[in-house]
Amino acid sequence: MTEATNSATAAPEMLSWDSKSRRVVMLYVPLACFLLILLFPFYWMGVTAFKPNAELYDFAQHNPFWITSPTLDHIKHLLFNTSYPSWLWTTMLVSIAATFLSLFASTLAAYSIQRLRFRGSQYVGLAIYLAYLVPPSILFIPLATMVVQLGLFDTPFALILTYPTFLVPFCTWLLIGYFKSIPYELEECALIDGASRLQILRQITLPLAIPGLISAGIFSFTLSWNEFIYALAFIQSSENKTVPVAILTELVTGDVYQWGALMAGSLLGSLPVAIFYSFFVDYYVSSLTGAVKE
Amino acid sequence: MATVSVRQAKKVFGSTKILHGVDVEIADGEFVVLVGPSGCGKSTLLRMIAGLENISGGEIAIGGRVVNNVPPKDRDIAMVFQNYALYPHMTVRENMAFSMKLAKAPASVMEEEVNRAAKILGLDALLDRYPRQLSGGQRQRVAMGRAIVRHPQVFLFDEPLSNLDAKLRVQMRSEIKELQQRLATTTIYVTHDQIEAMTMADQIVVMNGGRIEQAGAPLALYDRPANLFVAGFIGSPAMNLLPGRIADGGFRTDGGALLPLPPGTSGNAATYGIRPEHLMLADDGVEGTIVIVEPTGSETQVTLRIGETQIIGAFRERVQGRPGDPLRVMPDLSLVHLFGPDGNRLS
Ligand SMILES: Nc1ncnc2c1ncn2[C@@H]1O[C@H](COP(=O)(O)OP(=O)(O)OP(=O)(O)O)[C@@H](O)[C@H]1O
Ligand SMILES: [Mg+2]
Repeated sequence: MTEATNSATAAPEMLSWDSKSRRVVMLYVPLACFLLILLFPFYWMGVTAFKPNAELYDFAQHNPFWITSPTLDHIKHLLFNTSYPSWLWTTMLVSIAATFLSLFASTLAAYSIQRLRFRGSQYVGLAIYLAYLVPPSILFIPLATMVVQLGLFDTPFALILTYPTFLVPFCTWLLIGYFKSIPYELEECALIDGASRLQILRQITLPLAIPGLISAGIFSFTLSWNEFIYALAFIQSSENKTVPVAILTELVTGDVYQWGALMAGSLLGSLPVAIFYSFFVDYYVSSLTGAVKE
Repeated sequence: MATVSVRQAKKVFGSTKILHGVDVEIADGEFVVLVGPSGCGKSTLLRMIAGLENISGGEIAIGGRVVNNVPPKDRDIAMVFQNYALYPHMTVRENMAFSMKLAKAPASVMEEEVNRAAKILGLDALLDRYPRQLSGGQRQRVAMGRAIVRHPQVFLFDEPLSNLDAKLRVQMRSEIKELQQRLATTTIYVTHDQIEAMTMADQIVVMNGGRIEQAGAPLALYDRPANLFVAGFIGSPAMNLLPGRIADGGFRTDGGALLPLPPGTSGNAATYGIRPEHLMLADDGVEGTIVIVEPTGSETQVTLRIGETQIIGAFRERVQGRPGDPLRVMPDLSLVHLFGPDGNRLS
């Protein structure tokens, strides 16, 4: 009897000790490896951005993983000798405008596909999804013609209006899923309470879909910020370029890579996105994992 | 307040017929309960009255005005949903004021209406909470408050109590009934719980498979069920329904028991119905064998076997007896129900 209770109490302790060491092996060690691999490029970018050229090009004399005499030369060069501020500004403008435009369009699209159930709404949903599957490297050829004919070539509008071609399908699909998780009864109730469709959308559905809207927004913003092909094809003049294209075309002179400036440019360019992310990270995660209701 | 008339209402989803022509007349201020087994079309009918489903055929009139093509917001109705459908991002106060806000009512009126409803429902202290911070019963009250502030002509309830525990359900049942009597608003209430139907209704409408089986006052349905379905549906424990035929000076069940008939009975009765509470212990009664005894305190429910037929009796007396013991019971002959081969009541 006592033996039985002893072993019964001993067992969980052993298990917990067991599980503690198991946790280290199964969870923390892999997690650490994972983090190391993921964060190393950022570290490399950061380190390179602040390294003087002497250290940068001479691994024999200097430890490549460390800076002995950090410098702001690359950043100064970037800010004052190139059009970097203007690239940053263009990128910001294009990303924000394209994001809002896409969110607006895809909210309406997703709501009507999911809730109004008009004839053929399923097919419209499918068609939008298929549009998303067409790769931009094919799509930019016809788009280029349109951009030129509309006189938008080499203006930010060329990008603001073409980015939604891949953002809208994506956001629409994300939002359809999100709207689906909001009980339809709420809208029926509002309908009886006297609300019109637009009032329902504005006062009931959208406030409840905020996490979905935020993650759609973050996706759109990031995709626009990093977009390369359209930005490369539709913008020509140096000062109208976006950051990803500009650092590659303007900071590589001939076949000389200005590594310090390149990395400083990437670092500064990724800061706004990182800051933007950090505000909404909770929403973002919860909407992806489908949590949060009521 | 208004009358509601449903005339030959039909509903078709795709190619499936859900309602096959339903007629209901509801008087001003009446409390009508739609009751029936799951899937019989109660919610569908209610939603057609609310305007959330279109009407495939027939006519629905509220206050004498045909509303087939009137949108929900112009029908002057309020609906309480099974899951309450409270707006999660609004406080109790905002939930209740939402309809008035849409109607652009002045702030003072909204304030006054919300406070009045809150007082009636005992929600005063909860006005600034969010729905997630409320218990089930409180949410239920908020849903009702949202309906009350609108002073609608008709209240519609779709199984409003089914998410509550048994005790709260009984309490809310009487609260809803009392509220309805106080406001004297025409009310249509859907449930599949026949006790709720019996206790709350002025008129019960029993539905089955998209048709109305019988409509009438609760006790009328209890005393004179029009057919086998209603007989089996209304009353708890359910009526004993014993198939058989008239023979040997009584009713011979298929199981072989011989039950006495009311004097002067003739015809081709095919089912003998007797409610458990209308069986009496009697020394000159029909002899059966006890199968199981279930005392509830106020009464004792006994399952008997007469021949091969099982029959349930509910007695006020305490029944002393064990399974296998004999027991003599006698049906109250004035309360025997006989049904023909088509399942309809023989008068
Ligand atoms: N939108 C719909 N499309 C197709 N069939 C439907 C739809 N809504 C309801 N039905 C069908 O109509 C029938 C009646 O449904 P209804 O919801 O009215 O039943 P109910 O009597 O309210 O049942 P319960 O007591 O379970 O709520 C069911 O068989 C259901 O499957
Ligand atoms: Mg229902």
